[in-house]
Amino acid sequence: METVAIVDCGSGNLKSAAKAFERAAAEAVRGFTVTVTADPEIVRRADRVALPGQGAFAAVLAGVAAVPGMREALEEVAIERARPFFGICVGMQLMATRGLEHGEHIGFGWIPGEVIPLTPSDAALKVPHMGWNDLEIDRPDHPVMRGVKSGDHAYFVHSYRFICANAADAVAHADYGGPVVAVIGRDNLIGTQFHPEKSQAVGLALISAFLDWRP
Amino acid sequence: MLKVRLIPCLDVKDGRVVKGVNFTHLVDAGDPVEQARVYDLAGADELTFLDITASSDNRATLYDAVRRTAEQVFMPLTVGGGVRTVEDIRTLLLAGADKASINTAAVARPEFVAEAAERFGSQCIVVAIDAKSVAPGRWEVFTHGGRTGTGYDAIDWAARMAHAGAGEILLTSMDRDGTKAGFDLALTRKVADAVPVPVIASGGVGTLDHLAEGVTEGHASAVLAASIFHFGIFTIAEAKARMAAAGIPVRDALREARSGEEAA
Repeated sequence: METVAIVDCGSGNLKSAAKAFERAAAEAVRGFTVTVTADPEIVRRADRVALPGQGAFAAVLAGVAAVPGMREALEEVAIERARPFFGICVGMQLMATRGLEHGEHIGFGWIPGEVIPLTPSDAALKVPHMGWNDLEIDRPDHPVMRGVKSGDHAYFVHSYRFICANAADAVAHADYGGPVVAVIGRDNLIGTQFHPEKSQAVGLALISAFLDWRP
Repeated sequence: MLKVRLIPCLDVKDGRVVKGVNFTHLVDAGDPVEQARVYDLAGADELTFLDITASSDNRATLYDAVRRTAEQVFMPLTVGGGVRTVEDIRTLLLAGADKASINTAAVARPEFVAEAAERFGSQCIVVAIDAKSVAPGRWEVFTHGGRTGTGYDAIDWAARMAHAGAGEILLTSMDRDGTKAGFDLALTRKVADAVPVPVIASGGVGTLDHLAEGVTEGHASAVLAASIFHFGIFTIAEAKARMAAAGIPVRDALREARSGEEAA
């Protein structure tokens, strides 16, 4: 039985993320225990970790920092132990070197890059980028993308975007007045700018593939 | 390309759907979860619950409905009606809602919107505006189902709310609501062009062309309707087909679900 820790740092709606992972886990061949937790010990020892995040970059970062030992636990499980790690929305953005939302903030630095304001080239496009947009898969060979193909839609809600320093870390993108990174991946780390837990069948396919992933 | 969203709205009272899909095959048509599943399978892009429970004593029934829905349906869920405090929003989000819609409380205390956006992020704060025509080219914000005037100009108010941190504006024409005569397109367009955030058009949909007009002429980012779907007059797929025919980008969720099953 593998353990999946959904990290609770007081940000946003964990309920749907937890339920989506539970649904995917229930359909998986192998057994998984999905736990929503704010306990760094559980995170440190987990076989797989998901970090959902909603709100401002600094606020989610502060949420992680507010739990003593959580930052270190994440570093240990995702980097030292190299367990499969899934960042969702701002949880994905935190993997960057730095975030430029309301000032400059130092991110986890796991995937070189910056998080900058979304500025669509077409002035008629609204910010936040909210709703269903189609994905263009840049790395179709990535195991987590096995059930998703170019043209499939995912549900986005964000006003800032991830710029990868290394183009190879961009797994998929969407178009919103220019390309917007939708999925990032490096080694055992994967992150989605969109919300898989709100993306119906496409989101569940992605979570299932993450649970099967052996990076 | 971002798709235009089609959003069915369910009226919920004491945890039960009072205005929803009128399909005979449902075991319990009053159960919000069953209704939500119908719309999920039909390819709706989001779902909105409007709580019309009269007594705040029965608020727990709404939270329970939201919780059970979020357990089974993996699509964005907005809940409005009676959202008055930061604690109300927190309870809704913890129950599984993705966005909370604020209406009367924003008028009563405009700072509330900024406080809510700061606490939870703009992405989950919707400000609902009920507007009524008061003179040619002028609309006023009303509360209490269109009975109480506020003196606020609807376009100025929408801009102020977006500035305060609303991530989205749900705009309902009180003149058109329930008439099936179509959206108030002039109002919708004025508001949509005045704010940087997405506007959801609401109130008055009677035909599928009305949905398309809300986007092509009203400049809305999303369209919301209730009765035309609930009574089985039109399906979500028919609505999207008509919108697509009008040149509007929409998501064909049914095709994706089918191809996903084949891949699995």
